[in-house]
Amino acid sequence: MNKLDNLDKAQFKSNIPDFIPGDTVRVHVRIKESETKERLQAFEGVVIARRGKGIAESITVRKTSFGIGVERIFPLHATIVDHIDVVKRGRVRRAKLYFLRELRGKAARIRERDTRTHAPKSK
Amino acid sequence: MVNGIIGKKLGMTQIFASDGTVTPVTVIKAGPCVVVQLKTVSTDGYEAVQLGLVEEKSLKNVNKPMKGHFSKAGVPPTRILREFRIQMSEAGLSVGDKILVDQFTEDDIVDVIGTSKGRGFAGVVKRHNFSGGRASHGSMFHRAPGSIGASAYPSRVIKGTKMPGHMGVERNTIKNLRVMKVDSQENLLLIRGAVPGPNGAYVLIKKKNIE
Repeated sequence: MNKLDNLDKAQFKSNIPDFIPGDTVRVHVRIKESETKERLQAFEGVVIARRGKGIAESITVRKTSFGIGVERIFPLHATIVDHIDVVKRGRVRRAKLYFLRELRGKAARIRERDTRTHAPKSK
Repeated sequence: MVNGIIGKKLGMTQIFASDGTVTPVTVIKAGPCVVVQLKTVSTDGYEAVQLGLVEEKSLKNVNKPMKGHFSKAGVPPTRILREFRIQMSEAGLSVGDKILVDQFTEDDIVDVIGTSKGRGFAGVVKRHNFSGGRASHGSMFHRAPGSIGASAYPSRVIKGTKMPGHMGVERNTIKNLRVMKVDSQENLLLIRGAVPGPNGAYVLIKKKNIE
């Protein structure tokens, strides 16, 4: 439908797992150390926002590093993002978890989501 | 060669480079264009080439004078006709020639000419970037222009004073934009940054002469 879809398709990543705000993810970022050397650095934290659509979609990941809150915004389809692992599924009731910024320690925990699917009832 | 082409703005997207940078780009369907007329000093008083933008949809209603104009050139009618000033002796063009997007290469510097989006009758805050007044705390001065001049002298409003009025729908040139990518298969140009007009607007892309 959209005239630009074909153009964007070439840049889309196919290895993005299913996750929603509240989930804990590990984002593997490509870091260039020198002209030839490249390594992956992981950034693990809670997804507190997922915004945009298509090629412009991005996520905000928050973690607490040595007692200090750190947030990084990743464009999902950016070349520096190598791949994303889902570590934990969280159960939350809103799409943007900005309230976590005010909370520390125990209060900032997120309940785990029950991802088991029920077996169909036999009649 | 002609140093430009006619295009249609399709929209904006972004390109991710391998070094991690993100570049905003405007996608323009540029051409294919066809030479409809060559204007010469002896007949028209100036030298130029008239290009028509060939689109997927053929025209239904063409009036008689235009029909004659196109049949003289031997090309199907086009909706958009634009002129480019060129040096005829160097150009080596003839009527019916195709002008394609492959005259551009990556990292070319271009100027893009288009018609800006219409804003209707706009106030001074939007039209001239006045800062306006306070919104609250009993302010009775919100988006008004304020004083437009002194009283007894000069006893009139100076010409050119910035005031509310019609904004947009004017010819606009954005200079020194970089061509990020050329797709000669699909006739697409990806140009860094924004370009005047809404999606679907017709624009001229002119190559910069870098001497």
